[in-house]
Amino acid sequence: MKRNSVAIVGASETTELGKVPSMSQVQLHADAALNALADAGLKLSDIDGVATGGHNAVEIAHYLGIVPKWLDGTSVGGCSFMLLVRHAAAAINEGLCNTVLITHGESGRSGLGRHGSSIFPSLFQQQFERPFGVTRPPTMFTIPVLRYMKDFGLTEETLAMVSVVQREWAGKNPRASFKDPITVDDVLNSKMICYPFRLLMCCLVTDGGGALILTKADRAKDMPQKPVYIRGTGESAETPMISQMADFTSSAAFRVSGQQAFESAGISHADVDHLMIYDAFAHLPIYGLEDLGFVGRGEAGPFIAEGNTRAGGKLPMNTNGGGLSYMHSGMYGMYALQEGVRQMRGTAPAQVPGAEISVVHGVGGMFSASGTIVMTNVA
Amino acid sequence: MANGERELPRPTPETQNFWDGTKAGELRLQQCGDCENVYFPPRHFCPGCGSKNVAVLKASGRATLNSYVISHLPAPGFTPPYAIAVAKLDEGPKMMCNIVDSPQTPEALVIDMALEVSFEKINDDITLAQFKPAGGQ
Repeated sequence: MKRNSVAIVGASETTELGKVPSMSQVQLHADAALNALADAGLKLSDIDGVATGGHNAVEIAHYLGIVPKWLDGTSVGGCSFMLLVRHAAAAINEGLCNTVLITHGESGRSGLGRHGSSIFPSLFQQQFERPFGVTRPPTMFTIPVLRYMKDFGLTEETLAMVSVVQREWAGKNPRASFKDPITVDDVLNSKMICYPFRLLMCCLVTDGGGALILTKADRAKDMPQKPVYIRGTGESAETPMISQMADFTSSAAFRVSGQQAFESAGISHADVDHLMIYDAFAHLPIYGLEDLGFVGRGEAGPFIAEGNTRAGGKLPMNTNGGGLSYMHSGMYGMYALQEGVRQMRGTAPAQVPGAEISVVHGVGGMFSASGTIVMTNVA
Repeated sequence: MANGERELPRPTPETQNFWDGTKAGELRLQQCGDCENVYFPPRHFCPGCGSKNVAVLKASGRATLNSYVISHLPAPGFTPPYAIAVAKLDEGPKMMCNIVDSPQTPEALVIDMALEVSFEKINDDITLAQFKPAGGQ
């Protein structure tokens, strides 16, 4: 893809986040979509491409009264929205459509109007994992971590620091679900969920949504918001079964997606001013920092614990508070993208001064899939 | 057993031989006759090279504890806390299992400890391949 040829010109989350009992899932999509249209100064009739993950894309288009020329329903979990940004940029460049609306809505907490799993069921998982008592994500996503802890000497205290630092960021964000500071002791004394994971190492479960509008960069110049250009992209997938992840200390999907994103963007790690790494659980930023190549193997835990990713550190990461403290509807990827856009517009509650390049990295399923977007505000 | 029944596997044509094996007290993997890749879960071709020249390989049943969690969450057919583990077979592939005949504690479950297969008959159709600490403990 040609660098910076497509821009995000509209971006918004739902009016409310957290507990939203007044909206079913499809209305959360629509609420975010209408907010993003207003943000972009566009009308529904300007949209000719519709994409969503974890929900029937046809229903979203119909609910919004759009008969699209291009449709994408890639549903690979929380990073679906990174993949959809990538696919939308390719479709716009190919001339399949001009203006794409990507929506996310999820009634994760209230459960209103959901239709079961947001990811297709896996044949092999049914036979070779579910009989052993895996249920919700905390029983699966966490399985690789004891292997990592033994191989690299990561301690529970260092793992807990991921949650502590993210809460510091959340404290700067008025929309964050949890803002009160926490300590390592608070994390390690919180309720055991799935050893070695405690409650405060696990993401929130909330309601919410978000939407993005993308169009050609040359059109973006005449629109109301500061354009956020798509500079590079990557995607990949490894396995629908956590037990079949080839290396429990490193994600193949992360590595492949990240490398494509950096190479297509033509940037080095030193160029990155702001980073989002999808944090459904406390270990994910550790795997992400290493698999994207920001630090060496086994170095990410100490890198976070030493303060490098907190405000004022050399690599500000998860500046909205993340899935651990900001919000997590189930498919958090859209919220990571929204924070990337805010940072590039210069409008984030915890703004990184002068940030020009943001890397937003997502995971789908349990290390199953991955998508990475490099954004910039420099054309 | 609390909270209803454990979810049971529903064998498919590609996996029936594996489940016939567990009923017969055998842990069956597959091996490629062309590239020698040993793989799991079963399918009618080698996921390493695409060859259909594949055959059943009876595994030794020896493994090590590659990683695990101890779940404190409710699950149908389980009484928390219980371990969900991944055994790394001597032949190479990894397999999810529970650890039977062992306390479900971090002290008893040590990463890289030796395991051996233990077949758990659920009903006339399904026997699960579980693992237990090696050495008749």
